Amino acid sequence: MIELQIVWFLLIGVVLTVYVVLDGFDLGVGIWHLFARRDDERRTLLTSVGPVWDGNEVWLLTGGGALFAAFPPVYAAVFSGLYLPMMVVLFALIARAVSFEFRGKEDARGWRAGWDLAFALGSMIPALLLGVVAGNLLRGLPLDLRGDYAGGFLELLHPFALVVGGLGFALFAQQGAVWVWMKTEGELTDQARGWAFLSWGAAALLFVAATIWVLAGLPHVRENFLALPVLWGLPVAALVLLVLTGWAVLADHPGRGFLFSSLTIVSLMATFGASVFPSFVRASNDPRLSLTAYNSSSSDLTLEVMLVIAGVGVPLVAGYTIWVYRKFRGKVRVGHY
Amino acid sequence: MDAVILARLQFAFTVGFHFLFPPLTIGMAWVIVGTMWKWKRTGEDFWLRISRFWIKLFAITFATGVATGITMEFQFGTNWAEYSRFVGDIFGAPLAAEAIFAFFLESSFLGVLLFGFGRFSRTTLFVAALLVAIGATLSAFWIIVANSWMQTPAGFELVGGRAELTDFWAAVFNPSTMPRYTHTIAASLTTGALFVMGVSALLLRRGKSVEEAKASLRIALILAFAANLAQLGTGHWHGMQVAETQPTKLAATEGLFDTQRGAPFVVFAIPNAEEERLDAAVEVPGLLSWLSFADFDAEVKGLREVPPEERPPLGEVFFSFRAMLALWGWFMLLTSVGLFLLWRRRLFEQRWWLRLAVWTIPLPFVANEVGWMVAELGRQPWAVQDVLLTRDAISVNVPAWQILASLLLFGLVYALLFVAWFYLLRKHVRKGPEPAAVASGAAGEGAAAVPGRSAADSDAEGPAAVAGDDGKGG
Ligand code: HDD
Ligand code: HEM
Ligand code: HEM
Repeated sequence: MIELQIVWFLLIGVVLTVYVVLDGFDLGVGIWHLFARRDDERRTLLTSVGPVWDGNEVWLLTGGGALFAAFPPVYAAVFSGLYLPMMVVLFALIARAVSFEFRGKEDARGWRAGWDLAFALGSMIPALLLGVVAGNLLRGLPLDLRGDYAGGFLELLHPFALVVGGLGFALFAQQGAVWVWMKTEGELTDQARGWAFLSWGAAALLFVAATIWVLAGLPHVRENFLALPVLWGLPVAALVLLVLTGWAVLADHPGRGFLFSSLTIVSLMATFGASVFPSFVRASNDPRLSLTAYNSSSSDLTLEVMLVIAGVGVPLVAGYTIWVYRKFRGKVRVGHY
Repeated sequence: MDAVILARLQFAFTVGFHFLFPPLTIGMAWVIVGTMWKWKRTGEDFWLRISRFWIKLFAITFATGVATGITMEFQFGTNWAEYSRFVGDIFGAPLAAEAIFAFFLESSFLGVLLFGFGRFSRTTLFVAALLVAIGATLSAFWIIVANSWMQTPAGFELVGGRAELTDFWAAVFNPSTMPRYTHTIAASLTTGALFVMGVSALLLRRGKSVEEAKASLRIALILAFAANLAQLGTGHWHGMQVAETQPTKLAATEGLFDTQRGAPFVVFAIPNAEEERLDAAVEVPGLLSWLSFADFDAEVKGLREVPPEERPPLGEVFFSFRAMLALWGWFMLLTSVGLFLLWRRRLFEQRWWLRLAVWTIPLPFVANEVGWMVAELGRQPWAVQDVLLTRDAISVNVPAWQILASLLLFGLVYALLFVAWFYLLRKHVRKGPEPAAVASGAAGEGAAAVPGRSAADSDAEGPAAVAGDDGKGG
């Protein structure tokens, strides 16, 4: 039987992947928000994600809650160790959450411009920092004996982490652009296709850069792949899907573009998981200090209880989430919702 | 300043701020279920207008609740890392359950409700409103479970420096879960109902959307009375549970120093913690024993049972508790008189009563805050009662200046949020329910683009609106 710890490592990976795919497009819409210049265009952008963004964000809260419950030391170390970046993400999410509701409730120009900015920055900052965190986890962090982060703030801005952060940002932007392209009509649609192309180009470049860096400079990231060569299929799939996304943009197939863009993200998340497994936080100073699925988990009873909660809850959530998306399918027209 | 103090200040401030909003949304959600039900049954534009009005105020508050709630989820990891390590085995599961069972439900169906008018059937929209209300009520459950476990821990054992789960259901239904949950839900219903009541009274006083305001006020008044009455029962239950499981907290709320039989209930006093006595006390002999254990002669433990450093801050807890009781009394009085006037068909003309109802709007929020001060300050110095001290619970690797910086930023950002929230509520309250043409059309972001909206803004009930705008018409 597979150990519960492994099951939970995988499940948290799945939840966070769903988060990145779903919140990916509404964060991405926020990245492009200020590029749409007219008020009615901005309203269209907001309306295209309005009914679903909060549900999307709850995947992050679920992932965080599950991490807390299943691997408390990891949750404690990551959140307190990365205190300042976490606070920045938090304030961004706060600004973003209220701007959806507040922006349209008052007609004054300054009011709208202010919330437009809050929405755009509130989307860009998490989109960038989530990737930076991923980059740091790939590289590994110095940990002390208690499992606390022992480095400083600036170390987190290592160039490799920034490359991965840039890649994440470009993928969020791509996901958002393709969503807008698929969900809108008219001028905005053409604009969005341009955005999709732009972000796709950036993502492709950064993907190549990150890959070369890993192959040349970070041998530990390759260990799992050498031990189990089928895993190479994951980054290869990511590359193929990224190419297919570019093809869909060129060939003007928005639906397929969104599908391929989402699958690119899925395969990259899987690649990430395969690289770090079984560590959540790899200790760069001494691998024995790493926080892994084995040495950082809750008791078996808690993991079992959580499995029951997930087994009941997740299918329910999936069911009505799909129902809601189906209810709102089709093109957005402002004034229609 | 000391990191422990700063972390506590930050937690108290952010959670106290968060808790301004959920009680209002939980309570209002059920009022909206009621008005949506009327609309579903009758299909009348009248009920649609009413529903849309309350949904708008609800949505503004909900967004603020969501934004401030995210802070809370982050904070256990950022500021209370030792706590998270120590109790994660037990405390994390309710948080995850809350997201899976409640937040998804609320947020998904709120999307349907906000963006669904003019698009989905009346039944779909009613069901969405119902599911939002159920989601909101459930989310209170799991978070209360987590908090109650800290007050009266159960179903665990200490293994290698951390608390490990031994019995899930014992942890979930620990001794204080049900008293606290029922009491908090009753408080939320009271809060939502008193808010709807006060806003309706305001509209009536201004002669604005009079029929809609009357209908809303009727529903809200009955709900407020019933919920507040329930508050007495659940509060009493809660008090008995505290007497049973957290005797030191009870002693602090009652300012009782000596363990004694036939302990008195102190109606008013000025507690003096240094000299360990009460000044200017007005007491009812034996009542505390009876309230706590249903026996006038029962023994109640006093503060002297524990050394001074294990006692909670006395004055804060003592006065907070009395403030909560006094507010309960005021709500009872106001709603009873209101019901009497309603029955005699004179309510809507009593401008003084309407004015009192308007002034009462902020008070349930105060009651909620002081209630939590009793619960949380009364538990000090423990983070987990008798198991983990608050000062051992913080993140050891976060320097004090970083907490101070984030605390200041919270102060600033939350002040802005509060102003924006208040401003929007006030603006949309003054506007009142929208005329029919708008109400049946679009919602949310899209609404602004509906042709005719700006014309509608200038309002079908023009003269009344003008007359009411000075706000002091009587
Ligand atoms: C509208 C709000 C409101 C009103 C009118 C009341 N309460 Fe309350 N009370 C709360 C809102 C609240 C609360 C904010 O929801 C608290 C904080 C923690 C909790 O469990 O509920 C609370 C806590 C609280 C506690 C502390 C429990 C603990 O230590 O955890 C007790 C003993 C009572 N209440 C008892 C009463 C009684 C006997 C009341 C009426 C006669 C009463 N409350 C009215
Ligand atoms: C430290 C404790 C708390 C934490 C960690 C917490 C966490 C959260 C989070 C993350 C959200 C946003 C959910 C979303 O995105 O949709 C939220 C909103 C909410 N919370 Fe809290 N919360 C706490 C205290 C409370 C309490 C005590 C209650 C009720 C008794 C409550 C009830 C709600 C409700 C009903 C919402 C939905 C938004 C709203 O109605 O305002 N929370 N909370
Ligand atoms: C929402 C209403 C709530 C309010 C107004 C409130 C208020 C407070 C206050 C004033 C403190 C500071 C006590 C002190 O440090 O002296 C505190 C501490 C704390 N509360 Fe609550 N609380 C609420 C709900 C919750 C809930 C639902 C949880 C758990 C899920 C919770 C968990 C904590 C923790 C972990 C601390 C820090 C440790 C401590 O100081 O005891 N609180 N709260």
